[in-house]
Amino acid sequence: MESFSLILAIVVVTALAFDFTNGFHDTANAMATTISTGALKPKVAVAMSAVLNLVGAFLSVEVANTISKGLVDETGIRPEVIFAALVGAILWNLLTWLVGLPSSSSHALMGGLIGAAVASAGIGAVHGDVLVTKVLLPAIAAPIVAGVAAMLASRMTYSLGRKADGKAAAKGYRAGQIASAGLVSLAHGTNDAQKTMGIITLALVAGGSLAPDSDPPVWVILSAGLAIALGTYLGGWRIIRTMGKGLTDLQPQQGFAAQTSAATVILASSHLGFSLSTTHSVSGAVMGAGLGRKGGVVRWSTATRMFVAWGLTLPAAALVAALAEWVCRLGDWGTALVALFLVASSFAIWRISRREVVDHTNVVDVDTDPVAGAPGQPEPAGVVTTAMAAVSPPPAGVTEDLTATVAAPAEPSGPSDPQASKAASSAATTV
Amino acid sequence: MSIDWAALGSVFGVSLVVTVALVGLFTLGIVGLSRQEQAAARGGSAALAVTGAYACFAACAAAVAYGIYLIVA
Repeated sequence: MESFSLILAIVVVTALAFDFTNGFHDTANAMATTISTGALKPKVAVAMSAVLNLVGAFLSVEVANTISKGLVDETGIRPEVIFAALVGAILWNLLTWLVGLPSSSSHALMGGLIGAAVASAGIGAVHGDVLVTKVLLPAIAAPIVAGVAAMLASRMTYSLGRKADGKAAAKGYRAGQIASAGLVSLAHGTNDAQKTMGIITLALVAGGSLAPDSDPPVWVILSAGLAIALGTYLGGWRIIRTMGKGLTDLQPQQGFAAQTSAATVILASSHLGFSLSTTHSVSGAVMGAGLGRKGGVVRWSTATRMFVAWGLTLPAAALVAALAEWVCRLGDWGTALVALFLVASSFAIWRISRREVVDHTNVVDVDTDPVAGAPGQPEPAGVVTTAMAAVSPPPAGVTEDLTATVAAPAEPSGPSDPQASKAASSAATTV
Repeated sequence: MSIDWAALGSVFGVSLVVTVALVGLFTLGIVGLSRQEQAAARGGSAALAVTGAYACFAACAAAVAYGIYLIVA
């Protein structure tokens, strides 16, 4: 830890920020069905998920090691490249959160790494076949597998459980949902918190302050676990609303079938060596459960927007990361500029999100008007246009915010809000 | 490019069978418990249904334990 350079510190802070966005982006995976069916109170649900994520982070360092050892060629990676990758991933995560669409944080991170690597080492740095087998195919397979399983399971639970009603049944479905949601949370903690640990370890190795092939240090494990737990606890209420209410209307039976299917698919896939994204599995399971009830409907407009977002995740994150890497290479001031841009645009996204607040108080009482099935969001083109806006050079509004933030980087504008204080703290670190 | 169809196929098969089996078992357990509830309301009891229900729940708990084992291992 002696040679802990400034750029390394920036990378670590950015990686933790990504972990944080990952946490609140993916709370929905574990808890959306539980919250929308009323099995758990929103706050209780996210607290439970946060604790299990934290526990999961400590269970093993297997995933972290596959990232930091061997997946990427350690010799060619500079901390700046990792930083650029994280910038792309964070911005995409925040943007999809703003429009309330579930999308894979892992794909965002992968896209970021690919974009930064291409900008740094040329197009040859990407293996096309790996892209297809590791990204494209799983993204198509996950929702189908989880969806079919959830559909059959909810059909069956409805036909078998016809005679079951009353208190015992309600209690039973509640317990079942909580158990399977807990499993998903735990699996998420072991997977996603460790991705960040792997990234930080990779950066430390690349920056020369850690010997190659070492396990993540304890402070890395601890801070990554805490960051993802904090993010999970704050809850991506917008995404929870889409997943729990926007895609379809879930009854306890369906919630149970969906969450069980998702947990099974996630565990089976990672165990059998064909990793499927948690987000994709859960979304597919929710839709399958929606189709599995007589008279159940899936709001395909919302689903289509979600699919579009999935398709855009990788290229969008890659493009932002490539731009970031390109600017970073202009010199230290370039890196500083990218860091400021990240802070400013995160702040801007947060500001926009405050126009229509979604939190634990109103996450379930959305008007289930099928036309406005996309909760509180504008026209279907929203995803694409916002994505375009994100990848194009900073719009005027953001630049204004940027200057405002530059003028007073540590201004105590919003310590009351965790995200703003996060932004403020990272601004303080970068300046 | 080699796509591991075998792995994908087994993920599909295992997920399908396990999900349906688990949800089915759990539903049977719930049916058993609610039968007991109805019997109790009439003043009787349904010992067989309750025993069956707990057997179902135990099987589900075992599956969850195996899931946790897979996460930890």
